[in-house]
Amino acid sequence: MSRSSTLFAGLFGTFAVSCFAFVLAPQAQLGGLQPQFTEEDGKYSEIYPVENASLKSGRAVYIREGCVYCHSQQVRDPQNGTDIERGWGIRRTVARDYLYEQPPLLGGQRLGPDLTNVGSPDWRDESKQEVEGKPKKRDRAWHYLHLYAPTTFVSSSIQPPYHHLFETRKISGQGSADALKLTGADAPKEGYEVVPTAEAKDLVNYLLSLDCSHPLKEATAAPGAAGDTGAVAAPASAPAK
Amino acid sequence: MTAVTEETSKATVPFSTETLPASAPSISREAIAIERSLIDNSTSGPVLTFFAAAVGWLLLSTLLNLISSIQLHWPGFLSGIPFLTYGRVYPAYQNAFIYGWCSLAGMGAAIWLMARLCRVSVRAPGVLVFGALFWNVGLAAGIVSILAGAGRPLEGMEIPQACHWLMFIGFSLIGLWGAVLYRFRRESVAFISVWYILGALFWFPWLLATANVVLSQSDVVGVMRPIVAAWFSSNVVGWWLTALGLAAAYFLIPKTINKPIHSYSLASLGFWTFALLSGLTGMVRLSGGPIPAWMVTVSIAASIMMIVPVATVTMNLIMTMRGSTNMVFHSPTVRFTFFGAIAFAVAGALGIFSSLRSVDRLLHFTQFANAQQHILLYSFFSMVMFGAIYYITPRLVGCEWLSSSMISLHFWGSAYGGGMVGALLIFAGLAQGFSFIDPNSTITQILGIAEVYFPGRTIALLLISLAHVIFALHFLLMLLRIGQPGGEPTLFSSHDEEKH
Repeated sequence: MSRSSTLFAGLFGTFAVSCFAFVLAPQAQLGGLQPQFTEEDGKYSEIYPVENASLKSGRAVYIREGCVYCHSQQVRDPQNGTDIERGWGIRRTVARDYLYEQPPLLGGQRLGPDLTNVGSPDWRDESKQEVEGKPKKRDRAWHYLHLYAPTTFVSSSIQPPYHHLFETRKISGQGSADALKLTGADAPKEGYEVVPTAEAKDLVNYLLSLDCSHPLKEATAAPGAAGDTGAVAAPASAPAK
Repeated sequence: MTAVTEETSKATVPFSTETLPASAPSISREAIAIERSLIDNSTSGPVLTFFAAAVGWLLLSTLLNLISSIQLHWPGFLSGIPFLTYGRVYPAYQNAFIYGWCSLAGMGAAIWLMARLCRVSVRAPGVLVFGALFWNVGLAAGIVSILAGAGRPLEGMEIPQACHWLMFIGFSLIGLWGAVLYRFRRESVAFISVWYILGALFWFPWLLATANVVLSQSDVVGVMRPIVAAWFSSNVVGWWLTALGLAAAYFLIPKTINKPIHSYSLASLGFWTFALLSGLTGMVRLSGGPIPAWMVTVSIAASIMMIVPVATVTMNLIMTMRGSTNMVFHSPTVRFTFFGAIAFAVAGALGIFSSLRSVDRLLHFTQFANAQQHILLYSFFSMVMFGAIYYITPRLVGCEWLSSSMISLHFWGSAYGGGMVGALLIFAGLAQGFSFIDPNSTITQILGIAEVYFPGRTIALLLISLAHVIFALHFLLMLLRIGQPGGEPTLFSSHDEEKH
């Protein structure tokens, strides 16, 4: 072979190796992945994950605003960090969790907390002592306020205020039930109120839906995690087909 | 000053291990000079187009980088303007930098190097300009899409598919013309830079096309999508930009100091290990994530073995420089390129270090990965490209750079500013990583520790911005043919003691 053909064979070969290893082989392995379910008397139940089309528009807002550049959506196992100990989930996330996410928003930077399970009642970003026995803090109203004026809750937050997801309007009649309870410099003028737009509502619906704590046979709750009860840790009975 | 008039000296850079150089002794100096000026004439239009577009994108990406950096310590900055919020500015900066500045500067240098090293004139240079047009239109549409919130939700592949295909059409013309130059080469054996350029011109279109085709398949779902995006974006950095940067460094250093490459066997070893291993390192980006564990293991192994190409390439360039290191005080090209070669070693070492599992568990999700990419793409790649532009442009416009102090200011701004950004990101990453160990620390506390480094980064970026404005202005003057009379390169200081 001439030197040129050696060179081109080499270039092609290296590309083929890389493409095989990281595109073809994983697709062969993951392409057939199915949701996990239990089967009793021919009846399928406890299917996970479930595709939820109603959250699509909220997810689109999450994507559009680039939330993924500061918030990851992947919980690592205890050998790989403190995610579970800090209350971001009860188990690591695995490929099956993301089956219906088009595409998964894994994220590579944490300039804010991980949001994989932010909709779960056990999710916390405070120390365990601080939240023990208290009612869940992050409800709908909390998320609205946090999106509009992040420093309301965390004085040093570096999250940008997303004013364009809200509308400031004149109060008519009773005023909106969703109106934000703003104080101080963030409060609107007298006679005005700040209400979430449809986009903000969709986004918060999506955030409140985020919960990957369903037990999977390949990833069970880590011992000592927030929701580590016997029931949760028990492996699902039937393997996925 | 004959020693540094790089053009008129006999080409002592051999083109192969065999001793047949570009200029057999029988060919007169004048004949070589005429041939070179004919080749330079043919490349001048397209290469200047690439460089001018690259410099424009450099300014835009610097501005976007500055905005996103300010927003990390002043979150209210520009937050009233939806398309300038951090979540959009940051990916726009990344893409404008990689596909605007880096890729266009790299392609300009590649075309010029190919023509020179293969000793062929470019026929129909308009095709290349046309290719650059497609690339720029596709990229501009992509950046606008990202800022408008319509980017692709894949990290490292935010440019929408339609824009990618426009860029692909543009690249096909450029890559094809590069291949044609090789096909009709009048130099029998290819210099090491030609290997790297051919590699980059071959790998990049395959990557772009494969990733986009795979992602448009409906059965590629779930985590396969971020896997493909990580495969694509890591290979763009390695197979495309690093390869182009090394091609330029392998040409510029020996050429400007007028010595042959230290070792061809090392160069060959470095090339082949780089070609194979670089393509397998990408999954480190998803280390610890919800992907099959074997993929990460393969990438970690490949990353550790990357020590071979990083060490051989760096050693080769440093050994070539040995005995001529004082050239960094005189020649702008050598100063930029040698700085880049050192930064390549640093970035390589950081890449190997951060791929290790025990390190990754601390530093994943922190600014450390940004530091590594910054040092690779700015302190190595961009500095080498600055060196290449300082070397090539005078040969295309027929006059020399106006002011050596402007070049000097640019160098120190980019070297110090770039170095500071890298160092601050490393410190911020380490601070974040070590505070993540304590499970009782809240993310607010962790960021509070890292945040002290962010204002410093903005200051360093201001320095870089100043350097880039000076560089852009200087380049504009060259396009307007405002400079010193041609023939003698603009040096930092008198160089008489270097006479051979």
